[in-house]
Amino acid sequence: MTLTDLANPTRFLALSARVLPWLAAATVILLTIGLYQSATAPDDYQQGATVKIMFIHVPNAWLSMFVWGVMSVASLGTLVWRHPLADVAAKAAAPIGASFTFLALLTGSLWGRPMWGTYWEWDARLTSVLILFLMYLGLMALWRAVEDPSRAARAAAVLTLVGAINLPIIKFSVDWWNTLHQPASVMRMGASTLDKSFLIPLLVMAVAFTLLFVTLHMAAMRNEILRRRVRSLQMMQASRVAFSSEVGTGSREENASKGVA
Amino acid sequence: MMLSLGPYASFIVTSYAAAAIVVAILIGWVIIDYRSQRERLRELERSGVTRRSGRSAVDTP
Repeated sequence: MTLTDLANPTRFLALSARVLPWLAAATVILLTIGLYQSATAPDDYQQGATVKIMFIHVPNAWLSMFVWGVMSVASLGTLVWRHPLADVAAKAAAPIGASFTFLALLTGSLWGRPMWGTYWEWDARLTSVLILFLMYLGLMALWRAVEDPSRAARAAAVLTLVGAINLPIIKFSVDWWNTLHQPASVMRMGASTLDKSFLIPLLVMAVAFTLLFVTLHMAAMRNEILRRRVRSLQMMQASRVAFSSEVGTGSREENASKGVA
Repeated sequence: MMLSLGPYASFIVTSYAAAAIVVAILIGWVIIDYRSQRERLRELERSGVTRRSGRSAVDTP
């Protein structure tokens, strides 16, 4: 099955019906393994047990940017290739991305209080992620504000691509500015600075959360396709009602004019 | 096996609980939305509105 085949919403629905149970099962298995490894990971010599927050904070922080990246590719699909499912993919991803970003901010704040002595600091990394969260909310509001999905899709695609400028700012904020946040320790030039006892559970949790996103995204896309079918059938129903009432009015007027004559 | 989370246990437990709640809300939203859309499509089909192709809007091939 090619990408062109998936452009057909009916084929996408058939694929999602086949794939979703497997994706959900793989997500549950990996999350269970990841949570077990997180629970049994040793305490850090400086941070103690609070290092366990890292196993949910970091995957959510990665996904907050990854989901916007997925939405940016989908936006290109909408604006350049006019792929029929591109705006469906972008719209379905926004609430999921917003949730991951919210969790990254919340768990980061809960990790920061015992380690930095504060829940929040207006430094570059935290502020740029907060802006990302607000952009997700703005995008969701835009989708709701414009009734016609195809018009909303083009406006949302432009906003998404403009917002993508924030992704490198978030990634490199810890290098470009002085910040409380630690520099990159996993995705960096050279080897990771994390010990294997932390790195393995972190990677398992990252893959598990990514699978969770793929599963939820596919399910949300399926729902969005069904929502659009509902909308088009409702419009068809409304136009039939309008047509029949017009015909009814027309025939009454015709009868009335015949009666007068 | 009892987990020893030290003096900051409340921060760790709150983080994991928040993640569990948000993920549960996402899963619930997806499931409820799916059922709601299917029900709306069934109602429309019952009222005689069908797709131009004539195929059911609810069932996937």
